[in-house]
Amino acid sequence: MSDERPTLTRDEVAHLAQLARLAVTDDELDLFAGQLDVILGAVARIGDVAAADIPPTSHAVPLQNVFRADEVRPSLPREDVLAGAPAVEDSRFRVPQILGEEE
Amino acid sequence: MTVRDDVQLDLSYDSVVRRFAPVIGLETHVELGTVSKMFCGCSTEFGAEPNTHTCPVCLGLPGALPVVNAKAIEYTIRIGLALNCSIAEWCRFARKNYFYPDMPKNFQISQYDEPLCVDGHLDVVVEGQTYRVGIERVHMEEDTGKNTHVGGATGRIHGAEYSLVDFNRAGIPLIEIVTKPVEGTGPLAPEVAKAYVTELRDILRSLGVSDVKMEQGSLRCDVNTSLSPIGVSEWGTRTETKNVNSLRSVERAVRSEIIRQAAILDRGGKIKQETRHFQETTGETRSGRSKEEATDYRYFPEPDLVPVAPARDWVAEIRASLPELPAARRTRLKSELGLSTEDLQQMVNAGVVEAVGETVQAGASATEARNWWMGYLAEQANSREVEPTSLPITPAQVARVILLVADGKLSTALARQAVDGVLQTGKDVDAIVAERGLAVVSDTSELTRAADEAIAANPDVADKVRGGKVAAVGALVGAVMKATRGQADAPAVRQILLQQLGVSE
Repeated sequence: MSDERPTLTRDEVAHLAQLARLAVTDDELDLFAGQLDVILGAVARIGDVAAADIPPTSHAVPLQNVFRADEVRPSLPREDVLAGAPAVEDSRFRVPQILGEEE
Repeated sequence: MTVRDDVQLDLSYDSVVRRFAPVIGLETHVELGTVSKMFCGCSTEFGAEPNTHTCPVCLGLPGALPVVNAKAIEYTIRIGLALNCSIAEWCRFARKNYFYPDMPKNFQISQYDEPLCVDGHLDVVVEGQTYRVGIERVHMEEDTGKNTHVGGATGRIHGAEYSLVDFNRAGIPLIEIVTKPVEGTGPLAPEVAKAYVTELRDILRSLGVSDVKMEQGSLRCDVNTSLSPIGVSEWGTRTETKNVNSLRSVERAVRSEIIRQAAILDRGGKIKQETRHFQETTGETRSGRSKEEATDYRYFPEPDLVPVAPARDWVAEIRASLPELPAARRTRLKSELGLSTEDLQQMVNAGVVEAVGETVQAGASATEARNWWMGYLAEQANSREVEPTSLPITPAQVARVILLVADGKLSTALARQAVDGVLQTGKDVDAIVAERGLAVVSDTSELTRAADEAIAANPDVADKVRGGKVAAVGALVGAVMKATRGQADAPAVRQILLQQLGVSE
């Protein structure tokens, strides 16, 4: 069954790298395409044993409905919040020019 | 496909909708009115100092774990039930991954293929006809931070040198309500879209789950529009218009997008599937980024949150606690107030049905309540460019003014001054009346003295009236009213003037 699985192409790896904002060289594309393909192949073997009567596991712990009450708790002091920011202006995080999208 | 530029086309709205059938869809985002955020205890208060409502969870600091706000789940179920949806027995959150500096985590926790509420509907009435708008889903997510773009002339992202981010809003519970495609509206697509958002807003308000203020962004709307030639059953390519921030804009955005698409199709062109932005000033839409494929977001189940499985008895409890919804209330008010269908529709269009109902409940007559909300208050709202119900006056205060007029303590002119006072100061009606000395002068001797003074000051007019031109007495009435600062009863003044001039009608 795993033989019929489509292989991960070089272009797909390039696309995923772009989405994840990773700079990947041409050589690395070949390398990662091969490596990721092996990983996907290993994971796909689960499909060989999964049957209709086995529900997919969503979580490692069998819990649901973990809620908190709608109550305000103290936030962090602003100086702590901004302390790690590379740039701050007017108590806001200053980020470089954002192009290509509009709010 | 050839694009023709040489053909004269009739792109009036009427002509366009004779040739094309619009299909619309609406995606509405609603900030829930919880006091704390969706996954942490930070306050949701609007307008706080930047970055004062943040913590390790909503800042996405390493090791911080989100926990679901139970009230947000309850509110979402309330919304789902009010929109006739089925409530999922089991659902999950998912991560929506993207790079845009409005979420510190680089992903937004949302729901993807397992929303909490599915498959409902909402009926809206336009021009006497009921349109059933299908509800595809109601899902939960978290709001993003707010970006301010600095530099450049327009304050928009294009031309900006850099941006500043405030994460106070990041993590506020946000609900997305998605309609199914709405067909069969024909030329009324813009009106149906507006009626849907209006009805949705009123429902959300009556459920008490959000303050639904479009101007503050707690209710935001994206509008999908496509056209297909009349007689063609296949839908055209759709565009999504964002930045639609008022009820009026919903209508304008659909209308202008219909005309824009028709102009392209008429010339043999193709519609590009894209996100467009509504321009408040021109009423037109402008191209934004091209639509990303959903798979680009690389959704996957959120590992830090366990599934939500609302117990059926909890859902039943919430259902039992739903308030009377606007449609039911309208039907009730219609019969209680003895309104005609047309009257009711006018009040619905003006957005004052609830206000009139509450004014009547506070003791005013139905006719007067209607007249005030549809008349003077509507004018005031119009000149301030707000909805009548956004005016700083309560139905109880309006009812008090109406009662004072009914008791003869205020004339209509004085009542308007009292209302102006409330709108200006926010004080109570009785405080304004006392403070400004607003009271009808009914003391006949005082009015007679004022009448004599007016006659003495305007001998020419007085002579005309004595000479038989009774209509000229209006000028004298005006003088008396002015002298008494509008506090006299005009018909009474007229009687006294005529009496002093020895003229009978």
